Amino acid sequence: MNASNLSFLGYRRRNGRVGIRNHVVILPVDDISNAAAEAVANTIAGTLAIPHAYGRLQFGADLDLHFRTLIGTGRNPNVAAVVVIGIEPKWTQRVVDGIASTGKPVEGFYIETHGDLKTIERASRVAAQFVKDATELQRERCAIGELWVSTKCGESDTTTGLGSCPTVGNLIDKLDPLGITSCFGETSELTGAEEVCASRAASDEVRAKFLATWSAYNDMINRHKTNDLSESQPTAGNIAGGLTTIEEKAFGNLQKIGRKTRFIDVLTPAEEPAKGPGLYFMDTSSAAAECVTLQAAGGFVVHLFPTGQGNVIGNPIEPVIKITANPRTARTMSEHIDLDVSGLLRREMTVEEAGDRLIELTLRVCNGRMTCAEALKHREYSLTRLYPSA
Amino acid sequence: MSAPHFLVHEHTDNVAVAVQEGISAGQTVTLWVMDTDETREMTALEAIPLGHKIALKDLAVGDTVIKYAHDVGRIVAPVRKGGHVHTHNMKTKRW
Repeated sequence: MNASNLSFLGYRRRNGRVGIRNHVVILPVDDISNAAAEAVANTIAGTLAIPHAYGRLQFGADLDLHFRTLIGTGRNPNVAAVVVIGIEPKWTQRVVDGIASTGKPVEGFYIETHGDLKTIERASRVAAQFVKDATELQRERCAIGELWVSTKCGESDTTTGLGSCPTVGNLIDKLDPLGITSCFGETSELTGAEEVCASRAASDEVRAKFLATWSAYNDMINRHKTNDLSESQPTAGNIAGGLTTIEEKAFGNLQKIGRKTRFIDVLTPAEEPAKGPGLYFMDTSSAAAECVTLQAAGGFVVHLFPTGQGNVIGNPIEPVIKITANPRTARTMSEHIDLDVSGLLRREMTVEEAGDRLIELTLRVCNGRMTCAEALKHREYSLTRLYPSA
Repeated sequence: MSAPHFLVHEHTDNVAVAVQEGISAGQTVTLWVMDTDETREMTALEAIPLGHKIALKDLAVGDTVIKYAHDVGRIVAPVRKGGHVHTHNMKTKRW
């Protein structure tokens, strides 16, 4: 593959970033505004409500993360415009202001003193205008270096480390030199491979930052841990698929960053990268929907998701491409699998060829082709909590 | 080049992964060592499900399981060459 002239058709936003989808999002600030947000989305064609479970009585770092995730979701270049609905004016405005600096259309509505019905009517009028304007936007040819790619694997098994994760790693190794911005996460799932991962940091400073981040997460797990982490890490599905320990799972996971690419910074959850093109590590949970939600909030527009036993996850705004090397999963769960690389295990293809196939498919998805998860309406949006509400 | 029954990540590993379904006890199986591109043969002593590991040598309690050329856990019950390596005889060194 001649990678140097790769390009895709994207939506260029006012802040210069490029999106591959053109969503008009109805974004609730808090759990009790979901009903109004969903009513607007049910009323106005082409809008997408993103209901979620939180947003009241949070405080400190946990509240900061809540706002960073919501604002990041609205700022993502896959989103053309946003209607924000919250119960109170102040926090609603905080989300609006965070999104507005991208230059995209955004307007906020609060329910107190108005009630749901008046709020739904006013918000629907604005949503209709946003949709009409957004549907007039045209895709344009964009260089591969304008693409932001995130990756995370799920329902892993031993085939993940043999096939689907190395396929993603091959893509990263080929596209990193062309200037893409990319991101991996899953802090707990590097346990056992943390020193090897740290050795892939671009500098001693980044290396130290990574190890401090991993240690803090590991300390939290040790404070709360149960025997075998209650079948959570590895999961019962991982174990059924042949993975025995967290160390084994971690080395498989790490194949996603390729063989030579180095990571240039460590991001807090949902933080937008600020050091330019390159590979970033983001401190995230290893739970699929939480991790992808945080990466989408960081501004990544397309997600590469290797799976072994068959995770079915999607995301409301960031298309999720699923890759499996497990022949049984490819056969029994084909409606969820965008790319079958089980030929790697039969020696019918090489990792080089699998990586090229993934690059080609990723660009088609960027151009507008729906992923399996989009076709099946998988829109998991899971907010990470740092501690209980007040 | 027929499809192998097991893949070995690195030639220094002491376990391999089943990549075909239905591997049975007593079966002669082929292994492909990925880093050296070498093919080996051995006998599976037990049925090994797809994705599960086989021991490439006799492993004693306390031995380290090596995969990806790295430490991925410890043996807690002895397993013979060709035996099934999983949660019944292998544990994490971490949690």
